[in-house]
Amino acid sequence: MTEPGARAAILARVRSALRDRPSATVARDYRRAGTRGRGDLDRFAEMLRDYRALVRITDDVPAAIGDRGFIAAPGCPPEWGGDRRQHTVAELDRVDGVITACAVAIADTGTIVLDHDAPDQGARALTLVPDHHIVVVRADQIVPGVPDAVAALAGVRTQTWISGPSATSDIELERVEGVHGPRTLEVIIDIR
Amino acid sequence: MTFIGMPRGTGNLTGAPFPEAASEALDNAQLRRNLAKATGTIRAKRAAVVDELPDWAALRAAGAAIKDDVLANLDTYLLRFEAALTERGSTVHWARDAEEATRIVTELVTATGAREVIKVKSMATAEIGLNEALAAAGVAAVETDLAELIVQLGHDRPSHILVPAIHRNRAEIREIFAEGMGATDLTDDPRVLAEAARAHLRRKFLTVDVAVSGANFAIAETGGLVVVESEGNGRMCLTLPRTLISVVGIEKIIPAWQDLEVFLQLLPRSSTGERMNPYTSVWTGPTEGQTSHVVLVDNGRTATLADPDGRAALRCIRCSACLNSCPVYERTGGHAYGSTYPGPIGAVLSPQLTGIDRNPTLPYASSLCGVCYDVCPVAIDIPSMLVHLRGRAPKPRAEAAAMRAAAWAMSDHRRWRRLLRAGRLGRALGRRPMLPPPLSAWTRARDLPEPPRQTFRDWWDTR
Repeated sequence: MTEPGARAAILARVRSALRDRPSATVARDYRRAGTRGRGDLDRFAEMLRDYRALVRITDDVPAAIGDRGFIAAPGCPPEWGGDRRQHTVAELDRVDGVITACAVAIADTGTIVLDHDAPDQGARALTLVPDHHIVVVRADQIVPGVPDAVAALAGVRTQTWISGPSATSDIELERVEGVHGPRTLEVIIDIR
Repeated sequence: MTFIGMPRGTGNLTGAPFPEAASEALDNAQLRRNLAKATGTIRAKRAAVVDELPDWAALRAAGAAIKDDVLANLDTYLLRFEAALTERGSTVHWARDAEEATRIVTELVTATGAREVIKVKSMATAEIGLNEALAAAGVAAVETDLAELIVQLGHDRPSHILVPAIHRNRAEIREIFAEGMGATDLTDDPRVLAEAARAHLRRKFLTVDVAVSGANFAIAETGGLVVVESEGNGRMCLTLPRTLISVVGIEKIIPAWQDLEVFLQLLPRSSTGERMNPYTSVWTGPTEGQTSHVVLVDNGRTATLADPDGRAALRCIRCSACLNSCPVYERTGGHAYGSTYPGPIGAVLSPQLTGIDRNPTLPYASSLCGVCYDVCPVAIDIPSMLVHLRGRAPKPRAEAAAMRAAAWAMSDHRRWRRLLRAGRLGRALGRRPMLPPPLSAWTRARDLPEPPRQTFRDWWDTR
């Protein structure tokens, strides 16, 4: 627990350190949200493939998902199929894969953002413990850059930004896919 | 000056003097080969992905300015962050130094009854020596980042901010894993080694009930914390245990959610040379039924903040681009710096956190080539700061005596002229002479310039 006086002491140190009254003005001259039009689907797919995600572009999502015995986030459209029951973490460790929607996707970086407070994206463990994650992205959810995604999201929501499958660069700084998170990330882009 | 008397940081921030530690490291040819290969790879990747962004310079300027704004109004932002987090249901703790921070975390862990915690790689917890403190209280801290695991199983020390085991090559890592995990069927293929780490840690993730994390960013506006990672070990630690304790340096604050749009472009490209890291977790307060504690740590940061010429070091977002680019780091490795923070940023940050008297040699661990400044995503002028800190470092007695002698000689023009003429006698020493101790420390790595036949003043008089 905080020692009595620690909080006041740190704040007093901060104020004393700033006796010269520094100030800063932030200029945002970079490419801001909403200045670049719509996200480019082909670029998004290219960036995903570059980081070894599986990409499928389709107008028939249920057919692309098929029947693989996966589970799905409870709020996903019924036609996507999948087991919608609650699973414990131990049970999640035994399922083959999981299907979810997403909140927004970024073309520049091949990133998908999950909003875990949305029922079609599910609690965090759902998309973490199973080894295969199918995420369905509507073409109109693709934005050009990171600022567009930040603007589309509410900062108070629990989020996971995902760019490709789990990876590491810890051995000789060479990228290797597949460590603790899902080793297969499959992105189905819905162009209906 | 305002920084006198401000309490300094403690913990894992000092080691042997840099010249001694560096000359030992330079004898290790394997280390130099490993570092040259790894840093060469990452430099090329970083350059390629930075070039992809036409607005990199504007992003870098914005990143620097946002951090400067945070530092200029740090008290306001800290209180805003605390209020937002408390409202969401987290408990916020304040720690003045390493001892206070480790005591708070140890008490929180032991109160849960846990004998084991899983950890997300965190510079702050390494700085305060958390694992050692937990071990003393009978709690085992399990590092889950692959490189941290290599360091922990190898009973080794981290040598890089992003890749603590950068000094190890794949063959050495195979040996460490074979020994530490009792695994017999390993090859030195990085894929096989990553798979071994996955199998080794899976049960820990699913059973251990307390996790300790750091944070890359703490958002004042929302009370949000952000962890940027690659492997998914971070997500495991943040998601599965019932209690989550996050240790956050007070300079990790950013004002608003929107500011992430800058840092999530600057950090991954500077750090691993990726357009985006595989996983970034954002959460605000207790999530999905967890209990959440946040420990805000000073440990020398306010002392650093008090120096107007040094405080920009607190902009650092721990990307490690300066390490990967530095010709000194590439040859000595991270251990030579003796601090949790190695490389160019460590050479300016460590002496400021501890006070220059406890790290007097680090500001000299640089050739001042300036590449660290060029690659820094938040434009920290490390070379100028190194020079500033050299000015404040305690001087060796020989140097102080030499400077006093020079001041005496130059303060009278007749005296100076006589001495310059006498200096020509130095030609008798021949080419590349070695000076006697203690001046030999200088000539060991440099050639003493040969004095000219004629002084400038004599030449001028003859015109």
